[in-house]
Amino acid sequence: MRIADIVTAAVLMLLGGVVLFDAVRLGFGWGGDGPKSGFFPFWLAAIMVVVCGVILAQAWRGREEKRFVSREQLGSVLKVLWPAVFAVFLMHFVGLYVASALYMAFYMRWVGRHSWLLVVLIALGISVGSFLVFEKWFLVPMPKGPLEQWLGY
Amino acid sequence: MGIENLLLGFHIAITPFNLWMAVVGILLGTVIGVLPGLGGANGVAILLPVTFTMPPTSAIILLTSIYWGALFGGAITSILFNIPGEPWSVATTFDGYPMARQGQGGQALTGAFTSSFIGAFFSIVLITFFAPLLAQIALRFGPPEIFAIQFLTFSSFVGLGGGNPLKSLVSIVIGFILATVGLDIVTGQLRLTFGITELMRGFDFIIAVIGLFGIGEILLSVEEGLSFHGTKTGMNLRVVLDTWKILPRFWRTFVRSCFIGFWMGFKPGGATPASFMSYAFAKRFSKNADNFGKGELEGVVAPETAAHAAGIAAMLPMITLGIPGSPTAAVMLGGLIIWGLQPGPLLFKENPDFVWGLIASMYTGNVIGVLMVLAFVPLFAAILRIPFAILTPLIVVVCAIGSYAVHNSMLDIWYMLIFGVIGYVFKKLDYPLAPFVLALVLGDMAENALRQSLIMSQGSLAIFFTRPIAGAITAVAIFFFAMPIITPWWRRLRGLPGGRKTPSLD
Repeated sequence: MRIADIVTAAVLMLLGGVVLFDAVRLGFGWGGDGPKSGFFPFWLAAIMVVVCGVILAQAWRGREEKRFVSREQLGSVLKVLWPAVFAVFLMHFVGLYVASALYMAFYMRWVGRHSWLLVVLIALGISVGSFLVFEKWFLVPMPKGPLEQWLGY
Repeated sequence: MGIENLLLGFHIAITPFNLWMAVVGILLGTVIGVLPGLGGANGVAILLPVTFTMPPTSAIILLTSIYWGALFGGAITSILFNIPGEPWSVATTFDGYPMARQGQGGQALTGAFTSSFIGAFFSIVLITFFAPLLAQIALRFGPPEIFAIQFLTFSSFVGLGGGNPLKSLVSIVIGFILATVGLDIVTGQLRLTFGITELMRGFDFIIAVIGLFGIGEILLSVEEGLSFHGTKTGMNLRVVLDTWKILPRFWRTFVRSCFIGFWMGFKPGGATPASFMSYAFAKRFSKNADNFGKGELEGVVAPETAAHAAGIAAMLPMITLGIPGSPTAAVMLGGLIIWGLQPGPLLFKENPDFVWGLIASMYTGNVIGVLMVLAFVPLFAAILRIPFAILTPLIVVVCAIGSYAVHNSMLDIWYMLIFGVIGYVFKKLDYPLAPFVLALVLGDMAENALRQSLIMSQGSLAIFFTRPIAGAITAVAIFFFAMPIITPWWRRLRGLPGGRKTPSLD
């Protein structure tokens, strides 16, 4: 926990530094007709750098024994996250509905170990259901791929 | 005059379409409240794009009904599964779950829903009378007053939020910084884009809400290893009627909790501390104090009344000042802007049908809500019996759909995932998410108010102190900011133990 705290504070300080840099480029003083563009970000970033510095110092001195995340915990988080990342990547090529069906099926089979019948039924059902709800009923278009094109959408 | 307006509102709220919207909203909202990872804020955010084509009044009725539904839904999971679906229902688990395990689940649920309804009703009546007055006053506000109120909003997160005040401050500042990314509409300059075209349009808070609250929450719940040990609902008409006979005994708790809820709720982030505070007070004054935590109906009544009173009170600053009191209200505020309405005191003048339709729909929505949840509890509880290997990816997919729909942009889905990871890390490290979102929503407004004030005063900060209303608000805000420093010192002075741990906000 302590290390995670220190790292986060340091990263945020760094971000604050980046913002400061840009604010200085924009000018943070008084322009012809009011504060310049960098005025607001400059002071925000200044506060962020200082406060994160204090948090970092606090964390450095503190003794938090609790682990930020255990190996098993991280495992189950990653099991959700990386298939999701892959699914979003797939969406660029096959559209949202197909990618969602694959993602749902993969997760259900891999983590939940559900029977193939249930996996196929649910994955297809959710995709077809959301297709009908969003494309047909609410007329909110989602990313579509070759399959939808082939079906005439 | 107030009554006439309310009647006008009822004319709008009880048209069949709007009533239907309320029913759909409550239904969806309760489902959203029951599901882990989907709460009021991101439920509303995900469904916001669906409302773009509706008339604004129907749209806001749908979204607020989702909010009421989510408030009810949180109680179901707390009592039957010991899982607080929402942060403000944590206190409900203390006595609700023990009651359910002793076979009194029906009693606990009836008590929870009824007290939610009473808390909500109390706040709605107060809003009906206070909102027009507050809007009248707010009409005279200039940029310095508006900035002072924003300052007050954020100071209360730092001073009253609990947890580490420095981390609350950082969350606020990050939200504001993210809000400045993109085109500066005043000077026409690009800020913090570093030549990347995609950053030009900035970060949309709706995506941030879906990522932070939706994906972040689902990551947290899989980490804890989802396993639901549900108890039977045990609901039937007999139980409901019997419980209603007992409830009037707790009238003192009801009154106290209503006031606590309203008072905490119209300040930002109030529902969660309100529920804890109300629980603590009820325990302090109850004759059955020893039974608290072991399954005491009064221990369910107190937090539920306060949480709902607070949840509704959060709408007051949103419709009168254009400053949301909770992340959910913030998303609705975003909706208002998208539907082409200008949030703030002028709403009462320019769109009375919208405002009064909204206020009247709070009455109808909560009546429909309490009847629906009482009738359909077993159905809602059944949702949690769906295996989590199905629920988890389903929630991720729903979040992705919601994120894409806002701007039809794939990039937003990536942002959603990134915000999800940020939400997960922040939540674990106790950086509060609610002020982050609120700052992101209010960023442009706050910056403009600050700029205009400084232009008025030729760059002097004194303008926030010398104008009477702005000065008073700023003074309170500075007091709140100083609270984390004053409190330990004050406690030591009075010989009290310092460093009280308060439950952190959201």
